[in-house]
Parts: sequence; C-alpha cells; structure tokens
Amino acid sequence: MQALELTHITLDYGRRRVLHDLSLQVTTGQVVVVTGSNGSGKSTLLRVIAGLQRPTAGAVWCIADTVRYAPLQMRHAIGWMAPDLMLYRELTGHENLRFFADVRGFTITDTAIAELLCEVGLEGRGGDLLATYSSGMTHRLRYAYALLHQPALLLLDEPSVMLDATGHDLLARVVARQRQHGMTIIATNDERERRFADVLVALEVAI
Amino acid sequence: MIDPLIWRATRAIFLRELRSELRNRQALNAVALFAICSVVTVSLGLGPLMPSADVALVHAAFLWIVLLFAAFTALARVFVVEEEQRTAAALRLAAPPIAVYLGKLCFNLVLLLGLTILVTILAIVMLHIRVGASDLLIGMLLSGSLALVAGTTLVAAIIARSSSRGALFAVLSLPILIPMLVTAVRGTAMALAGVNWERGMAPIQTLLAYAVAMFVTSLFLFATVWE
Repeated sequence: MQALELTHITLDYGRRRVLHDLSLQVTTGQVVVVTGSNGSGKSTLLRVIAGLQRPTAGAVWCIADTVRYAPLQMRHAIGWMAPDLMLYRELTGHENLRFFADVRGFTITDTAIAELLCEVGLEGRGGDLLATYSSGMTHRLRYAYALLHQPALLLLDEPSVMLDATGHDLLARVVARQRQHGMTIIATNDERERRFADVLVALEVAI
Repeated sequence: MIDPLIWRATRAIFLRELRSELRNRQALNAVALFAICSVVTVSLGLGPLMPSADVALVHAAFLWIVLLFAAFTALARVFVVEEEQRTAAALRLAAPPIAVYLGKLCFNLVLLLGLTILVTILAIVMLHIRVGASDLLIGMLLSGSLALVAGTTLVAAIIARSSSRGALFAVLSLPILIPMLVTAVRGTAMALAGVNWERGMAPIQTLLAYAVAMFVTSLFLFATVWE
C-alpha cells in the first residue's frame, strides 16, 4: 500500500454532522496529525479510515500498485490503536499478540513477540494476564497490537494518553521507523505530537 | 477450496474462545446451572411419567425446550461479549469475517454438544426416560444440535450491536428455528420410542439439510453483518 485517499468524507451521527466534506491524500513516508477539540471527530475520522465506521458520504481508498481498495480489504496493511481499543483480558499479553498474528495469517516466533513487548515497554510482563495490567500497560500493549504486522498505514488515536514520561519516547521511535516504510496518521491535541506532522489537519466542531 | 490462512484464523478464533471460556467460565456456568435446574425442577415437580402413547413425545419436547433456552442463554454470547468488552474492533480489523464466523460457529457447536450430553444424561436418569434406539437418539441429538447452532449463530451476530439483545435474540431466532425444532422433537420422540434407522433417517436428513442451508446462507451474509 503506497497511498491513502479520502474523497469528500462526510459523516453524520443522526442530525449532527461530525465530519464535513473532508478530502486528504497521504503517501508513504508522510505523517499526518489530526487536531481538534473534543467532539470534533478526530477519533471518528481514524475509525472511518480504518474501515470500522462507514461514512455517510465520500470514500476512503487504500491504493496499492495503482489499484484502489476499501480499507477492510487492506486490513493486513492497517494498524490501529486507540484508547477504546480493547484486547482480550482473559489472555496474557503474549497470548493476545500470538492470537492476532494467527488470525492475520502470519508466523511470528516467541522471540519476536518478546522483542515487540520489550520495544513497547512491557519487558517481562508478556506472561501476565491483560486483566492484571494497569491502564498505561494496556495502552502499551495496544501499540504492540498495532505494530505486530508492520502495517503500511499506522493510525494512532491519542497515542500517549495514559502513558508515563517514557511514552513520548516510544511514540517518537515508532513514528521515526514508520516514516521509513509507511504512512502515519495521529489524532492528538498534544503539542509535542503536533511536531511530527508533515501535514496538519485541524477539525472543528460542526455547529 | 478454502484458503489455508482462513483455516488458520478459524482455528485461532476457536481456540481463543475455548481458552477464554475455560478461564472465566461465564457461558459454561450459566448454561450448566440452567440445564441442571430445569431437569431437577421438572423431575421433582412431575416425577417419572406413566407409560402412554405420548410419553416419548413429551420427553422429547422437554429435552429440546431445555436445549433451546440454554442455547438462547449461551450461543449469543460469542458475539455479545466481543461488543460488551469492546474487543470486536480489534478482531474486525485483524481477522477475515469468514474465519470469525467459522471459529465462533465451531465454539458454539462444542458448547451445545457438551450441553446436550449433560441435559440428556440428566433427563434420562432423573426422569427415568426409556430410550428405545440409543444410536438413533445420538444421531438425532447431533444433527439437531448442528441445526440449532447453524440457525442461531448468524442471528447472534446480528443482535450483538443492539441494546435489547436478549429479547431480540429469542424473537429473531424463534421463527427461524421452529421448522428445525418440530423436526427435532418428532425425530427424538421416534428414537425414544425405538423406531428403526430406516424410519428415523428422514428427520436426521431434514435437520442436516436445514443446517447446511443455514450454514451456506450465513457464509454469504456474515461479512455484511459483521463489518
């Protein structure tokens, strides 16, 4: 997947318009930061791009080798994390990642899972049940879920919320690596995270 | 020919369901308690029925009523839990829809077969049910369970995102399940009465045909419902 194209995206919740005629093009190597006050539609936009929510009008296209695909046809190329993303509480961190690798259809070694857990700051905690994780640790596991399959398009919704002081370093490493082989879209209002932007999209609350 | 990656994802989803259920035992406890309470209550209230022409039909109807309501309690959970615990989005984004359907269908089938064995043994012991043709009864229960699971799994996916799930599941499932239930009750009554395989095959074939029809329909519809 080399590019992402949003054409005239509009989304209504009942009579309330959340997104209005939004168009955007993103190509490999770019980082897009979406900002806006609460309720302006940042998280909704990321869910629409991931294919988890259908827009009222407009379309999202993932472009690979000049062919356009709907997001869920390219699920192998999309990584998404958000504060409301939940993984399985009755599985361990390691089991969660193993499960998602299996359903995505690729082989990953225990060592690679351990390295990924280490990279997101969960070294030595992979064998613990997710139910025993703190909110910050759960958020770190969401990073691992999103990065597991090395997606071409990485969608990060409020990426450093719930994280401690090292959380920003983790995000900086992830964004730097993603620039080399893919696209990143971050929904945030954090001033430090805005600095990653090649393209800044400011959403406003529709009246 | 189904893609090997679909099989792999199906297996992973089935094993994940099984592992989660063995760790939290939510559905197992609910279903087992319901089944035991139903059989014990009926056996204490009615006691063994006197032999008559209709006794096999009454026992068969009781058996399938317990299985039906236990299925209403347990089978919808596979999708409802994903929505309630907000894990559905992670699964939706990672797994092919057909693998989600097949994995959850297999889990529901295992759960219902376990429940069927429990309810049948309890009912036979506590209600002193006389089984005329045990091999036919096993065939009838297997094909009936398959039909029940095939008929309810898609409905479970449809209602998972609605607010009044319990009532909606029963309301939507019942019209779909009535033909299968009538066949299963009559077939089970025949097995309890001890008819031979030649006569008993017709309801089994009907139940299997129903299961295949529901399964194929669900394969076509599931992606639309799930995504």
